[in-house]
Amino acid sequence: MGLLTAGIVKNNPTFVLVLGMCPTLATTTSALNGMGMGLATLAVLVLSNMLIAAFAPLIPDKVRIPSYIVLIATLVTVVQLFMQAYTPALYESLGIFIPLIVVNCIILGRAEAFANKHGVFESLLDGLGVGLGFTISLTVLGLIREILGNLSVFGVKFSGGDGILVFVLAPGAFLVLGCLMALFNKLSEKK
Amino acid sequence: MARQSTFKNMVATMVVICLFTSAVLGAVYVITLKPIQNAQIAKTNAAIAQVTPAFDNNPVADSLRLNYTYDGKTRSTVAYIAKKGGKIVGYAIEASTMKGFGGRINLMVGFKPDGEIYNSSVISHSETPGLGARITDSQSHFVVQFNGKIPDDKDFKVAVRKDGGDVDAITASTISSRAFCDVIRDAYGAFKSINVNSNNSGKEAQIDSNE
Repeated sequence: MGLLTAGIVKNNPTFVLVLGMCPTLATTTSALNGMGMGLATLAVLVLSNMLIAAFAPLIPDKVRIPSYIVLIATLVTVVQLFMQAYTPALYESLGIFIPLIVVNCIILGRAEAFANKHGVFESLLDGLGVGLGFTISLTVLGLIREILGNLSVFGVKFSGGDGILVFVLAPGAFLVLGCLMALFNKLSEKK
Repeated sequence: MARQSTFKNMVATMVVICLFTSAVLGAVYVITLKPIQNAQIAKTNAAIAQVTPAFDNNPVADSLRLNYTYDGKTRSTVAYIAKKGGKIVGYAIEASTMKGFGGRINLMVGFKPDGEIYNSSVISHSETPGLGARITDSQSHFVVQFNGKIPDDKDFKVAVRKDGGDVDAITASTISSRAFCDVIRDAYGAFKSINVNSNNSGKEAQIDSNE
């Protein structure tokens, strides 16, 4: 249980570890996109953690990084094909960032720092925790940007008009991320 | 702990991993091949249905490859033919431009047999959200103003007013608006080539006389 919550709060990949910033900033133009990106990463992370935990004892040390990358790339392609088949709209709006999950440092980071030293089940929990942390962060970020920039929640407009455009553009990603990070650190400081 | 990093071990490990992953990828590819194709066909059909009058045939099956010249370049695209009761009610033509503010804009433009624009729909684009991306709002004045017009220069010059045309551009998005006009002109160029590309006369003969 501790493994699960560590990824969400103490080791939150976005606000504490500050990993995987590229998809975080680029895909969170709406809550739905952020959540989609988070869930795709979660799926890859859980599967790669389990696979690497299972294979790690068999892989010689010197070729472990190439081996991990091949495994991760395969999983990403699997997720990509399934998204293309069953959620084509989401696949289109995330575009290049789906294949780029391969080089998301959260995934290789967890493989190196956790999965190759622990069992399959613990790695599953760790992947789930960190993946959920990433998903929640991206959804919140996307939600705030969408509310301010587009006056809508999960694609449903709550008011007419145009919103504050800058929040759905690149600078808005940095502004919201910075504010959320400050808030997150402030809150976790008190505990 | 991890096996020794001897040459033999390393090569064997990599080979096994690559074989394993290839097998997984092959299997997943086969499983998802059909759904991916279906999803793409559904998307094309949805776009066609949006830009042509109601039809009862399968426009993808009745499509026509068009070769035409636009802007000094030879191009090629596909016209999907919408028929109702065997009669042609419209053509959906896919066209694109690289002149958008964010690069490529893909558009499906629907024409009635006499060359009138029925409707148009953006398939993909990378224009600025809130500004140029308003070309995707099918209810907006900008998109609606093309409908029911024949985009030859006599009745309706497809260019923004700044360039001496008849199109009201989107405020603060002149480049996106220009690019949109460019695609419409491109699609009309393709439409005009339908009679050249097909030996099916009749409807097409009327277009000739219109010009």
